[in-house]
Amino acid sequence: MNKYFQDEKIRAQIFQFLTLFMILGIFGYLFHNTQTNLEKQNIATGFGFLKFEAGFDIGESMIEYWSDDTYKKAIFVGVLNTLKVAIIGNFLAVFFGVLIGLSHLSQNWLLRKISKFYIETIRNIPLLLQLFFWYAVFTENLPGVKEAMELLPNIFLNNRGLYFPIPVDTKSFSFIFIALVISIIGFFFLEKVRVKKEILEGKSFSFFEKLNYLIFLLPVLTWFILGSPSEINYPSLSGFNFSGGYRFSPEFSALVLGLVIYTSAFNAEITRAGISSIDKGQWEAASALGISKSDSLKIIILPQALRVMLPPLTSQILNLTKNSSLAVAIGYPDFVSITNTTMNQTGQAIECVFIIMVIYLSLSILTSFVMNQFAKRFQIVER
Amino acid sequence: MSENIIEMNKINKWYDDFHVLKDVDLNVKKGEKIVICGPSGSGKSTMIRCINRLEEFQQGSLMVDGININNNIKNIEAVRKDVGMVFQHFNLFPHLTILENLTLAPTRVKRVPKEEAELMAMEYLDLVRIGDQAHKFPGQLSGGQKQRVAIARSLCMRPKVLLFDEPTSALDPEMVKEVLDVMVKLAKEGITMLCVTHEMGFAREVADRVLFMDEGRIVEENNPNDFFDNPKNERTKNFLSQIIH
Repeated sequence: MNKYFQDEKIRAQIFQFLTLFMILGIFGYLFHNTQTNLEKQNIATGFGFLKFEAGFDIGESMIEYWSDDTYKKAIFVGVLNTLKVAIIGNFLAVFFGVLIGLSHLSQNWLLRKISKFYIETIRNIPLLLQLFFWYAVFTENLPGVKEAMELLPNIFLNNRGLYFPIPVDTKSFSFIFIALVISIIGFFFLEKVRVKKEILEGKSFSFFEKLNYLIFLLPVLTWFILGSPSEINYPSLSGFNFSGGYRFSPEFSALVLGLVIYTSAFNAEITRAGISSIDKGQWEAASALGISKSDSLKIIILPQALRVMLPPLTSQILNLTKNSSLAVAIGYPDFVSITNTTMNQTGQAIECVFIIMVIYLSLSILTSFVMNQFAKRFQIVER
Repeated sequence: MSENIIEMNKINKWYDDFHVLKDVDLNVKKGEKIVICGPSGSGKSTMIRCINRLEEFQQGSLMVDGININNNIKNIEAVRKDVGMVFQHFNLFPHLTILENLTLAPTRVKRVPKEEAELMAMEYLDLVRIGDQAHKFPGQLSGGQKQRVAIARSLCMRPKVLLFDEPTSALDPEMVKEVLDVMVKLAKEGITMLCVTHEMGFAREVADRVLFMDEGRIVEENNPNDFFDNPKNERTKNFLSQIIH
């Protein structure tokens, strides 16, 4: 017996078994406890309530929704709202983060100091406070409807939101957008095939490289097939409000602005760290070859820095997505706030928390997966 | 125009309080091969890095192929097209293939069409006997191979002057020869070379002049045979006795 216990492998297995046993025990106890308590209070378990009528309105929705729709649909509207914030927010946060990170490394003294000030201020103020601030700015400090500011031609800002023009035929344009996505994916695929062939056969197929760009005719072709829709819906003042165009509500704008400003500061630090991690010799070799500073950054430094930047950047993308649940504080109907309402109305606390967990988990895993695929492209081949 | 391709005139450089280069004068004729040696910290790397403006200097003047090296960006661009450099640590671009490492600068800076740049790159890769590795990545090559790629990369810009900054110091001993062989071959083709190195065999074989630098000054210069067999300066003698075992 003693002999078995001294065997490294057997010992490890015994300890693992004990750990597993303890974990199962704890969960089993909790589950049983909950079950009996719920029964005592006559609360039904299960997800049946999702089919019931929600009975509440939602401030903004990307799909048609009425208060007599089901809870399921209400939560789906919330998920779409969360996705809208997460996608737009992350794109902007990464873009501005990289820009501010680069300014922090710039030769320009003023630019450097401004970005340092930005980073140090913004990342040291709690996000919730910043969201309250931007919400107050949007609802209290912006001009009313009649005095709306015209930021750019046909883009208006007032205390009811941000208005901008969109194409009338949104359906056709969603097809064109899909065609564009397909052609981008297709282009990378064709390029991969070409490069592989080049390596295998040891000669250059630059002819195909030019040919591969032809795939971008696909969205153009779709546009023609759909009857080349080109009518634009402009926002305009009619009566007491704006009509036409597309509106970002003050809640949405404040949330996105707050999240972007906050997360950009972290993304900027990640960018700075990534670029600083690249050996000085890389810049020198590029300069010695006569390659300009901006080309060096684009072709030599950033692709290598991205390898270092992607894991922490992924964390920030996940952070922004999850921080969007602070929407509840400023009244933007993201899916946490809608699921909360559902929970209050139905009393199905465990199920609702479970739904929130599952949805965030799937969003996070999906993001990690996409970012990992992206990271593979920047792996450096050794040996 | 004089036949000097490099004219350095009383160059002085400071790093904060530290005086790195003190009144350095150096004229290099077209096609001349110069070997620079000296103890570490003597300013030899700094001096050759001034030639393609990887380092700035505070006083003095420097002309390279008739171009005045000053703060003028156009001049710096022009000079870098004409001056190639090979580094101690190779500094290849690890995320690009060998071929891409070579074609990047010609296509970006000189706007050479890609096909033409690739043909030229393959020619130089064959010259350094590494043509079969064109589609590998730098991480897959040995140190000696990497340095030969780095030499080929600088040749792709068809430079008039080649600077070598301790090209063999970071190599394993058995790889030094393959790199030196390539450098000797280049020297015989008549390109102007400035080489910071302590490889005496190389210096004796190709150098027209050997310079010895110490504490920011050129202390002694002579033809290689006299320099090594019969050094005049006390510090040179000291230094040589230390590197000859």
